[in-house]
Amino acid sequence: MGDERTLRVDPIACDGHGLCAELFPERVSLDDWGYPIIDPTPIPGALERVGSRAIRQCPKRALAWSNRPRAR
Amino acid sequence: MSVAAEHTEPARRLLGGLRRGRSISLLEHQARIGPVVLDTALVDEVAASGLRGRGGAAFDTATKLRAVAARRRPILVANAAEGEPASGKDKALLRATPQLVLDGVVATAYAVGARDAVVAIASGARNELESVGRALAERRGDPVRIRVETVPDRFVTGEETALLNALERGVAKPTVKPPYPFERGLNGAPTLVQNVETLAHIALIGRFGAAWFRSAGSAESPGTALVTLGGAVRNRGVFEIELGSTLGDLLDRSGGASEPVAAVLVGGYFGRWVAAADATGLRLTHENLGAGAIVVLPASACGVAEAARVVRYLADESAGQCGPCVNGLRAIATAFAELDTSPAPAHARLERWTAQVRGRGACRHPDGVAGFVESFLDVFEPELARHARRGRCAASTRGWLTVPGGARGR
Repeated sequence: MGDERTLRVDPIACDGHGLCAELFPERVSLDDWGYPIIDPTPIPGALERVGSRAIRQCPKRALAWSNRPRAR
Repeated sequence: MSVAAEHTEPARRLLGGLRRGRSISLLEHQARIGPVVLDTALVDEVAASGLRGRGGAAFDTATKLRAVAARRRPILVANAAEGEPASGKDKALLRATPQLVLDGVVATAYAVGARDAVVAIASGARNELESVGRALAERRGDPVRIRVETVPDRFVTGEETALLNALERGVAKPTVKPPYPFERGLNGAPTLVQNVETLAHIALIGRFGAAWFRSAGSAESPGTALVTLGGAVRNRGVFEIELGSTLGDLLDRSGGASEPVAAVLVGGYFGRWVAAADATGLRLTHENLGAGAIVVLPASACGVAEAARVVRYLADESAGQCGPCVNGLRAIATAFAELDTSPAPAHARLERWTAQVRGRGACRHPDGVAGFVESFLDVFEPELARHARRGRCAASTRGWLTVPGGARGR
């Protein structure tokens, strides 16, 4: 418990495919040119699987968790 | 007054007593402030001085020194990229007193345990390259290997990671942080990047101490800083000011405005506009000076045309890596130019897009442009309203705000 996870995008790697916004609309929207804007609100446990899926599906591997879960 | 005393007089520390157009020799330099002081305690002295970086970001200098001092085989990079078109203070410093900068390089490298240092100078700065090269050839017995390298003359080159890429492979492109340069910098080594003016201040702190440094400036913004004053003033050029002093003091020293003033740009092209009415009382501090460029825009100029040219230049200077920067700044530059002909929709788009691009690049380039545009919209609201009523503006567009390859200042 206590992990405050959010997503971060590597803006150099990102090509604006926009899959993340489709898969995870709860935290990712797109700007006027199709590049992701990340909502910095911490992601609750119930949404972590959705976030992980968005990370895995990014064709440029530009999406990541912004802080690793605490070592247990 | 003796030369040494003049040198320690507040607001004449870096450039005091120097003759224009020639750099002082090592002998003259040492007669003025003595030999370079080598001492690892310098890091604590810099911390006590409160010195902040003079390259634009105003980051706490001691924090950066400590970050590399704790690591193995760090490298020091002296940053003289000075890609900001409105700024000439680093070049002026390198021409006038290159030995003071090199003292700063040597003292800082010694204090953090670096045996190698690079002085990175923009490729177009030929006089400065020559000045530093000559100064380096005069020195003997420094415990640091110093080499001088040229980097591309671009706006983003001075950004730390762009500078390191420029040195490594000749391409001035920023990288995503982390890793920060202190973790993995030039060729993988822990790297301390410091602006050359910052290094000159460090040399003087090593020689005269933190209390002396704080005897100029204010408690929150201690010391002096070099500023490049341009635009509609009687004497343009580089001035050394006490931080916390007012813009009015600086304008007085420059002989005052040469014609009625519309607004003043403080902090260069990533800075903020200040309305003429608020300008003289404005205190210049590490929070608003950026890299120290100040441009006085006269009432006779068309602010929209002047600023639009700068915004287009900054958009073109994007390193071209991050989507929000490439696309966003291009769109912002186009909308800005339309403030002239269709102000209401252009204004709305600019507000939306400056908010969208903030914080979304690998570096702060989009944030810098957003700040410039937003403060312009605030300060020039009356002028924009006039444009809206009268259509195209007939005021002069002769290029008070300089951009490379475009309209130059008079």
